[in-house]
Amino acid sequence: MVFNTGDTAWILASSALVLLMTPGLAFFYGGMVRGKNVLGMLAQNFVTMGVVSVLWITGVYSLAFSGKGKWIGDFHQFGLNHIWQQATGFEALTIPPLVFCAFQLMFAIITPALITGGSADRLKFGSWVIFSALWLVVVYAPVAHWVFSPSGWLFKLGAEDFAGGTVVHANAGAAALALVLVLGKRKGWPKERMRPHNVPFVLLGAGLLWFGWFGFNAGSALGANTLSAFAFVNTNTATGAALVAWMLTEKLRDGHATTLGAASGAVAGLVAITPACGFVSPMGSIAIGIAAGVICCLAVGLKNVFKFDDALDVVGVHLVGGILGALLIGFFGTKMTNGANGVLYKGGWTLMGHQAVAVVAVVAYSFIVTFILAKILDLIIGLRISEEDESAGLDLSQHAETAYETSSTGDGARFLSSQQVAN
Amino acid sequence: MKLITAIIKPFKLDDVKNALQAFGITGMTVSEASGFGRQRGHTEVYRGAEYTVDLVPKVRLEVLIEGSDVDAVIDVIVKAASTGSIGDGKVWSTPVDNVVRVRTGERGVDAI
Repeated sequence: MVFNTGDTAWILASSALVLLMTPGLAFFYGGMVRGKNVLGMLAQNFVTMGVVSVLWITGVYSLAFSGKGKWIGDFHQFGLNHIWQQATGFEALTIPPLVFCAFQLMFAIITPALITGGSADRLKFGSWVIFSALWLVVVYAPVAHWVFSPSGWLFKLGAEDFAGGTVVHANAGAAALALVLVLGKRKGWPKERMRPHNVPFVLLGAGLLWFGWFGFNAGSALGANTLSAFAFVNTNTATGAALVAWMLTEKLRDGHATTLGAASGAVAGLVAITPACGFVSPMGSIAIGIAAGVICCLAVGLKNVFKFDDALDVVGVHLVGGILGALLIGFFGTKMTNGANGVLYKGGWTLMGHQAVAVVAVVAYSFIVTFILAKILDLIIGLRISEEDESAGLDLSQHAETAYETSSTGDGARFLSSQQVAN
Repeated sequence: MKLITAIIKPFKLDDVKNALQAFGITGMTVSEASGFGRQRGHTEVYRGAEYTVDLVPKVRLEVLIEGSDVDAVIDVIVKAASTGSIGDGKVWSTPVDNVVRVRTGERGVDAI
């Protein structure tokens, strides 16, 4: 095989960019929780980077991308055996198969990490580790295979998802909803105030996400070419449009445009353009961004109407934004960029139909399987921390740490020798 | 001996401190406080969810004085702390039985 060094260099760099999104997400979420839970949030995201990195290489990559199955891959590339062979359907790639595997690993890390925003403040750390590992195998691997692998049934159907609007965002959003319903509400929600403890962290995280997302979307062209340039520009344009639209919606509805709204709008735009960035024109990306900014801003209020405690709005931003972006391809998709024509370009409703099937299939599968998985784990090991631990916060109860020095007079802490700690 | 306690707006602390020093007061204790009187708190909005914040941040300033010039000291504080708007705070005085300077052991008025 002869590889293109430019393509290879760009996808290696993109992989690193996508990895950075998970620490970015950790700060985006970490700033929104209360100060006693910030380390718990960071820990859940960072441990996902550890667990998925090992599992992906060990076998999950093979389950997602190897073989000719319609529903799931096979064991052919377990332990990265036969990794000199391109994944099935990717034979024309100009990058080494191992680079493709590394790039896809980063998507597999951030997808379960997205779920932590819904279950924030009340999930046992150990239970999260086990849940996320199993979820990767039973939900992420098959869904990635259906949509991303040319052997998968949704790919064959003609459903388009450039970088993971269904596989990553709608999938994680539906899973977060299921997990939240099994877990129950945070103690005190919705009466008690649970305002973000550090909005600057949220903005820092959103900035890192935006930066890393260029790897996520433009890297999904799997080469350094015109298509990756379209994905890059569409990503940035939609994000800008969504940021402005979200702030404007807040200004008109609440009287103030907020910084949290700026960060949320940017992420909503990034989510919605993810599936569409390689299929629409830059003008289409503006429309998708505006739609995401307005609709996601309104959708975060759903939890108050239906009384589910999706703590950091994974449903309102990722489920709704992911579905929105996937469906709008059916409208704004154009051959001039890539793929099939949508309704606006006289392509008829065929593409929209395929998009709808993909959305329904992914959301339904993810919700149902996640709900069952969470119920089983809740019965066997318990998912939720005790009421006392919840009051103390995840930082102290799960990790024996605190994030901040809160008293200027100190708290009387003194060093114990390691032996005393052990005793 | 008297203890004068003043609850004032935080941004007025410098004015009050300077005025008291100019008057001849040689020491004071300042701490952050929060509470409410006629002035109520404010509203914050996060992703459309409104929270009312009842307790307003204030500064609590305490001065020990000999006792003869209570009214004069209170006047100095009130004049310096006043903005004329709601939430300017309150000043009050309380009698003090005894005071000891930790370093020397001096007691009573000598310790002020």
